[in-house]
Amino acid sequence: MNLLALLMPFGIFVALIAVVGLYSLIVTRDMLRVLLALEIVTKAVTLLLIVGGAVSGQMALAQTLVLTLIVIEVVVIVVAAGIVIAVFKHTGSLDVRRLRNLKG
Amino acid sequence: MDPNLKNQILMNIILMAAMLLGALATVMLRQLVKAAIALAFTSVVLCIIMFKLSAPWAAVFELSVCAGLITVVFISAISLVKPATEEERTAHMRFKVRRYFLLPIVLLVVGCGLSFLKINPLPVIAGPEAISDMRVLLWGPRALDLLGQILVLLAGVWGVVVLFKEEK
Amino acid sequence: MPSLLVILPLLAVLLLNLPLNFLRRLALPAVILLTAYQALVVLQLLPPCCVACPSHERWFVNVMDPLTSVLLLAIAIVAFVSVFVLHATASDEKHGFNALNLILLAVAGMNGLVMVRDLFSLYIFLEIASVASFVLIAAQRDMGGLEGAFKYLVMSALATMMMLASIALLLAFCGSTSFMVVAEALHRGAGHGYLLTATALFLGGLLIKSGVMPFHGWLPDAYSSAPAAASTLLAGIVTKVTGVYALMRLVLDVFGSSPAIQQLLLIFGAISVVAGALAALGQSDMKRMLAYSSISQVGYIVLGLGVVGSGNKFAAELGFAGALFHLFNHAIFKTLLFVNAAAVEKQAGTRDMNQLGGLAQKMPITGLTSLLAMFATAGVPPLAGFWSKLLIIAALWLAGLHGYALLGIGASLLTLAYFLSLQRRVFFGVLRAGCENVREAGWALLVPSVVLAAILVGVGLALPWLIGSFLLPVKGF
Repeated sequence: MNLLALLMPFGIFVALIAVVGLYSLIVTRDMLRVLLALEIVTKAVTLLLIVGGAVSGQMALAQTLVLTLIVIEVVVIVVAAGIVIAVFKHTGSLDVRRLRNLKG
Repeated sequence: MDPNLKNQILMNIILMAAMLLGALATVMLRQLVKAAIALAFTSVVLCIIMFKLSAPWAAVFELSVCAGLITVVFISAISLVKPATEEERTAHMRFKVRRYFLLPIVLLVVGCGLSFLKINPLPVIAGPEAISDMRVLLWGPRALDLLGQILVLLAGVWGVVVLFKEEK
Repeated sequence: MPSLLVILPLLAVLLLNLPLNFLRRLALPAVILLTAYQALVVLQLLPPCCVACPSHERWFVNVMDPLTSVLLLAIAIVAFVSVFVLHATASDEKHGFNALNLILLAVAGMNGLVMVRDLFSLYIFLEIASVASFVLIAAQRDMGGLEGAFKYLVMSALATMMMLASIALLLAFCGSTSFMVVAEALHRGAGHGYLLTATALFLGGLLIKSGVMPFHGWLPDAYSSAPAAASTLLAGIVTKVTGVYALMRLVLDVFGSSPAIQQLLLIFGAISVVAGALAALGQSDMKRMLAYSSISQVGYIVLGLGVVGSGNKFAAELGFAGALFHLFNHAIFKTLLFVNAAAVEKQAGTRDMNQLGGLAQKMPITGLTSLLAMFATAGVPPLAGFWSKLLIIAALWLAGLHGYALLGIGASLLTLAYFLSLQRRVFFGVLRAGCENVREAGWALLVPSVVLAAILVGVGLALPWLIGSFLLPVKGF
């Protein structure tokens, strides 16, 4: 029962989704899209956790981890959205390049 | 059970492709609201995949929280930043899709690279006894995680209080 | 008893928010009492509370080894100080109260983080401390704070994604997330590409959280643009606990120190030490210079940790002890420097060093404590910083890593250079035009600076006792 043989197809798939998210994170200029990109990477990692649980037979543990992960992610996204909205109220723009102000 | 197995594999491939398409849509759609809905779609597909992998609790949670709550958060955030000057928004949008042309190429490269990776078999480690009921596990050995969740939620509550309060 | 350190702050937060009027004024004393209690309990000056006896301890059994204890002490001291800074610089009652609650939550998260022995629980408490920090940085809703908070949030989210991916891979491999099981499994499968990937992902995430170069992108902005109390907490302890402590704990207990990890740590540590010091030289914002200085000092700690993988057992012990000691010292002197920066900013109205000068005449105590902290950071005897740097450099030398040792000594000189520049521009020299009306900072900022300076001097002088009893028996090396 080769661990990697079971894991590989899902692993590649997860990597692809993560790449989609990371690419968007690097390339985008809109702060809200940064949050969307983070969410996509989170989905990839969630799937990886579940697959890890399936492969090792520890499904209950993996589900527990995913549950907590989802709760924490929601909190982080809400706080991030709050920051983005506050930035918007200040400057009227969501351009990530504006954040290069504190250079030096 | 050959035809059955073939059906299963086909189903898995379709689901995975759907999730990948959902992710691509989220990232490349022009309007943010549509992107948020694409994110919800991705969550739904993820939920189905998790269900098929026999993780029902996680699937349900993912569906209700990510496909539901987070979509609502995003759409509220999007509507709160709506009155951006139209010129600025369209100026961004004009260059947008061009930047993503590199993405399919990157994906192909990564996919091919990883699938041709030759890896030696790993030693099999017999893990600890698996507790099969998630509820027993969550309230028992991993109860500390619950405490952690409470603390994170409280931190989030203060985040909302501090960030969303209107200035007098 | 250790659970109390997490439960008490939680209870405090819940109780302080009951809809009773007098509770608001109780918030500040409550936090001071809690942090003082924590410090005293760790130092074993107070008996642990009998409500939760060892036999009833459910979660944190056998947890108080020296690494954890030193960190708990550091957390208590820095949180204690940051409350004073908050009192002095809070813009109004409401903001002060919110910040106090967030500080309590951050302390609960950090306490949990240093006490867990499980990868996923580590992640959870790390996120608690991080989220509390994000909100603290953004709390005043000024553009600088929001910007710093956003950058910190995004990079922290990336780091945690990497760590979670690693946890998932390890879960697939050995079916558990507890330190012992994973360490055992890694030992058996050593050298396999899959495991190396998992290790690299996790350590990479931690390096980002520690602010090691070249993953430090978020750090200068977050430190310099946060409000005073938040920067003090953040620079003093949050980065150390969430990044550096986790790194040390994992290298010690889980990943072991293979030559690959050793090389990784040494290289990145060296880059941070030098590049951080060089970048600090060119700064004109006081807090930004301190931020780059932090990056440099964390590089030293990582260098000390890197020695652990060498073959020489004595050098490994020395390196780890030096790293731990430098972690503690850095918490103390960096916090002191940030308290001074808060004092200067409050009294003189600006952090731009080009506009300041000659403040020592007007703010003698702040100037003196700042001088002490500076000497400690640069490693001047007999202050505490000298000993910890000596330990690290000695360990590097003994392990045969002469190049790195010389680098460490060279960077010390750079440290001296940029701090002397800071001192000259801010405290000494000619009193600038706008600075005549500057007075010494209030008691709320002076008490912590004096206390911290006393700790620096005291620890430096008491070193012979500390080495044998507290630091060296960290692990059965």
